[in-house]
Amino acid sequence: MSALIKLHVALALFAAVVTTAAAQDEQRTESERAHIPPDPPQHEMGDMSEKEMAELMNMDDTAPFGMVAFDQLEWRDSDGGDTLFWDGRAWFGNDYDKALLKTEGERFEGEYEGSVELLWDRVISRWWSLQGGVAHDFGEGPSRTWAAFGLQGLAPYWFEVEALAYVGEQGRTAASFSAEYEMFLTQRLVLQPKLELKLYGKDDPANGIGSGFSSTELGLRLRYEIRREFAPYLGVVWSRKFGETADLARNHGDDADELQLVAGLRVWF
Amino acid sequence: MQAAGAGLFVLGQQELWAQNQTQTVLTGSQFDLQIGEAAFNFTGNRRIGTVMNGQIPGPLLRWREGDTVTLRVANRLAARSSIHWHGMIVPADMDGVPGLSFAGIPSGGEYQYRFKVNQAGTYWYHAHSRFQEQTGLYGPIVIERRGGERFPTERDYVVMLSDWTDLDPERIFAVLKKHSDYYNFGRRTAGDFFADVRKNGLGPTLADRRMWGEMRMNPTDMLDVSGYAYTYLMNGVTPTGNWTGLFSRGEKVRLRFINGSSMSFFDVRIPGLKLTVVATDGVDVEPVSVDEFRIGAAETYDVIVEPKDDRAYTIFAQAMDRSGYARGTLAPSPGMVAEVPALDPRPLLTMSDMGHGGHGSAAPAGQVDHSQMNHGAQAQGAVDHAAMGHESATAIDHAAMGHGASTAVDHAAMGHGTSTAVDHAAMGHGSSTTVEHPATERTPLLDMQVDQPRVGLDDPGVGLRNNGRRVLTYADLRTIGGPIDRREPGREIQLHLTGHMERFVWSFNGQKFSDAKPLKFQLGERLRITLVNDSMMTHPIHLHGMWSEVEDASGNFQVRKHTVNVQPGQKLSYAVTADAPGRWAYHCHLLYHMEAGMMREVHVEPGEGVAGRGGHGDHS
Repeated sequence: MSALIKLHVALALFAAVVTTAAAQDEQRTESERAHIPPDPPQHEMGDMSEKEMAELMNMDDTAPFGMVAFDQLEWRDSDGGDTLFWDGRAWFGNDYDKALLKTEGERFEGEYEGSVELLWDRVISRWWSLQGGVAHDFGEGPSRTWAAFGLQGLAPYWFEVEALAYVGEQGRTAASFSAEYEMFLTQRLVLQPKLELKLYGKDDPANGIGSGFSSTELGLRLRYEIRREFAPYLGVVWSRKFGETADLARNHGDDADELQLVAGLRVWF
Repeated sequence: MQAAGAGLFVLGQQELWAQNQTQTVLTGSQFDLQIGEAAFNFTGNRRIGTVMNGQIPGPLLRWREGDTVTLRVANRLAARSSIHWHGMIVPADMDGVPGLSFAGIPSGGEYQYRFKVNQAGTYWYHAHSRFQEQTGLYGPIVIERRGGERFPTERDYVVMLSDWTDLDPERIFAVLKKHSDYYNFGRRTAGDFFADVRKNGLGPTLADRRMWGEMRMNPTDMLDVSGYAYTYLMNGVTPTGNWTGLFSRGEKVRLRFINGSSMSFFDVRIPGLKLTVVATDGVDVEPVSVDEFRIGAAETYDVIVEPKDDRAYTIFAQAMDRSGYARGTLAPSPGMVAEVPALDPRPLLTMSDMGHGGHGSAAPAGQVDHSQMNHGAQAQGAVDHAAMGHESATAIDHAAMGHGASTAVDHAAMGHGTSTAVDHAAMGHGSSTTVEHPATERTPLLDMQVDQPRVGLDDPGVGLRNNGRRVLTYADLRTIGGPIDRREPGREIQLHLTGHMERFVWSFNGQKFSDAKPLKFQLGERLRITLVNDSMMTHPIHLHGMWSEVEDASGNFQVRKHTVNVQPGQKLSYAVTADAPGRWAYHCHLLYHMEAGMMREVHVEPGEGVAGRGGHGDHS
């Protein structure tokens, strides 16, 4: 008798369990019933260094890149003859830090005059990086070596801006500023205005430099990008010397201001 | 190779229709696959591609739900390689990501993948090693549903879209690092300025240019690599080659679209036919009839068409930036062609895509100032809170909080040691609406942040809005059978999709892969991931090993996917059941974004002894 009751209870319990399970199963979504989680891996990857992982993945988001670019490699039509002018840079580095080599100068009547700068470029904000290093000016007069530091970046409205200050021997100081802009006339025809300014803290007559606001150069170049990295251009450059620098130029028999036609090539790789 | 059928990606009826190249279908449960190199000529130039069994795309692998498949993959390349089965739920060591799942397949070596196929539908496979996917190492997978298709059709074709380039992908990557806008030949020109002045007036045009100029952003930046570098392929066939699928009038035809491209979004339509979408990412959805759909890199869509006429129809898949298209034909007999539509006008991003909700493209500049200037100025406390709440325990977060040595103690003190699931049940449904930028977003390698992103599931996306056609959105997708887990997510992880267009840096929360610690999921937990797109690009985000169950704005289950597009300036939430133990990749499926750092490791491990599991909420 009691055995029968026990059986009843057991059956009732079993039925209840089955019903509950069925009800729960009913509540489960079709997807819940169908989805089968994966087994644990049989062979787990052990811990490894980031370098090892990057090597296995062949993916390194810290890898450095390098670039060589000549924004200007041009012939200028000067009063006294032809001038060859260049403005280029090369860099190597990662997203934060780059080593930067800049050079700018001209060749006129067989004489070279210009500058070379070796700078460290460190990104400090979304659009700006700090630059610091050494600069060396060479030319007809005595060479000057400077410590250089400044700022480079992209200002609002897409102006590429560069401002550097220089400190040299014998208490010499200088500053330079440049800004340029690119206007797309078509997808490949680009008009590029560029403004450059130079200031000096001290006279340097041997190099034709007077103190103060010494010179400015305004260029307007129209290039055609046969490829993005290969673009011949035509343009005009208006340059003007001021103050003592202008006087020195005039004494030298040169004009204080000049308008030149230019033709050149913009290349990078 | 066992049971290799020559099916030309044609399922159902066996059609033997000569294409430019022979594509094969492999069936059965044992597969011998070889990764190698082969010469191709898609553009008039001979180039070497990376191939599976000599083909681009690789052979169609046709499996059956419930089977255990064994795939022996031999690597004949000089470099290490790998194959990832995209969307397949497999054990971590079968997932094919070198460095996380396994060591990769060394040159001359072989790896045997073996797993049970517990799902059905359209998937694909691809290399997970550097740029091998870009150079051709991808192919389709179709898994027969046990008990037959839910939506049977007379014909069944795979339509795999991809982006071929004659260029060296390493060169493309390097160029993007130097001049990120190199491939954009759709910039606004001086001519566009004058056209806009005529159309909208001088004031609004200047205001519009001023806003974009202040942001230093370009509204035409839609795809980093365009048709300038790419030839878009359909089943490995160029637009001129015209891949063709045959039908007889009145038949139902299933087209299994797979975006196997590296960097491209496509907008797909077949003029003259309604597209009935029946599945996405392998999972059946309630049928929805549309004219057009956008497919992000790595997504799949199954659509059914019923051509009523005895004529040819063009399958037209234009790149999102309208710089080119892939094209094929559905026709009653080989050789027939239909008109190929013109590319749509190039779309422009609007201020609402930049997270300035509700503003048209000529919103006052003050709005921009506000959001731009605001970005660095959050209260320290708020930022710390964000860093803490939205990441799982990582050393960097702790550092951001200024905690010293004993982080475990600190966390216990802050209430983190307790069961977060209980705390967060109180959060209710849906993502918490507050978007907080983590402290790690204070990096120079980030160019914008969106303070008030909207949930845009019903937004077809830039270039498709109000185009006169019925365009599919995520809001239209409803998975049949509900979610795989009805539990309310126990916590929420907020991840921001970040980057810097000009510097071509891509990341999550401002941290590149190399800067970030793995995200930790507790085995068995149900959690919510909210992705906030702090960039102006659309990112297809792919979580390996686990499904992404996309929710609507109120937290209701919407659609189960393996790859989820997040539109610019928007946010999107999905629930994940962390039932896949092991280490997994989590990344943007735009290949060059991933390589630039837009990737995280996700580590799913049992809960015991997991210190400092950060949740959202209760430590105020």
